[in-house]
Amino acid sequence: MSPDRIYPDDVADEFERPPISFADREDRPVTVRDHEATDEGFESLVEMYVAFDPEDRAQGIPPTGEQQVRDWLEHILTGDCVNVVAVLDDGRRIGHATLVPDVPASQRDSGASENASRSGDGEVAYELAIFVLAAYQGAGIGTSLIRGLLGAGQEQGVEQVWLTVERWNHPAVALYKKVGFETSKTESFELEMSLRLN
Amino acid sequence: MRTLVGIGGSDDSLRALTVALDRAAAAGDDVTVAVVENPDSELSVEAVERRVHEDLDGRGVEAEVRVLRGHPGSRLVEVADSEGFDRIVLGGGETSPLGKITIGSIAEFVLLNANTTVTLVR
Repeated sequence: MSPDRIYPDDVADEFERPPISFADREDRPVTVRDHEATDEGFESLVEMYVAFDPEDRAQGIPPTGEQQVRDWLEHILTGDCVNVVAVLDDGRRIGHATLVPDVPASQRDSGASENASRSGDGEVAYELAIFVLAAYQGAGIGTSLIRGLLGAGQEQGVEQVWLTVERWNHPAVALYKKVGFETSKTESFELEMSLRLN
Repeated sequence: MRTLVGIGGSDDSLRALTVALDRAAAAGDDVTVAVVENPDSELSVEAVERRVHEDLDGRGVEAEVRVLRGHPGSRLVEVADSEGFDRIVLGGGETSPLGKITIGSIAEFVLLNANTTVTLVR
């Protein structure tokens, strides 16, 4: 949104590409892998977000209500976004992380670069969000999930990533810093952070 | 009730005007529209003022329209506090590419500084 968003000069570390399998801190087997663009993949995320604890919402997402969740997922599970999920052995989704371009692929070129959403050097920037079900938080899953997402983003050539986070959400801010995000804007309610991936 | 609607020209502020006018018509409130200088808006103050007048004329609604020059948030708070308004109505924010709600800088300032009730229109 802000056309003059600041990004770190240095490119972040190389992140491992999904799929990544591991045991979380409570010894639960978890796999981080690419979201599958199938009905099953879609419905399993609807199920996860309908079960999402309202107190873990951030700036209105995920929305409440199944239809609102479906509409939102339709919007962020398109081919121009990067989506990875954390999955249990039984296929249940317990986490989801996404990169959504400021300018949708359908609106690029043909003069759309005039749009303020494009950052200074003409690259399309991606907004990041990550969600983990409450019962699975604090077990290292978020760290693996965001690393997997950034690995998938690197593979797809994403260069600029940004996010906003409520400044009192210290665990989230710590997670973002750990993987290389730097604070880019502090004067709003939410902290803005950014990362250079490639 | 005397309502001050702050409009800077962003989409959410124009939505807020529509909602505020509907509400005022239903409740018999007195509305003043303040056009402010929003640096993030693509519309000029004059263009916003024209849209406000068109909107009012289209509805056949009488409302005072003023232009507040200077820092938008502080000018809105100053006018609301010094002229006996009961409420400030503003746009409730835009959504990011991901769908996150982002409150604009004017709303943020007014929320933290106004003595009157503040309504953010969603």
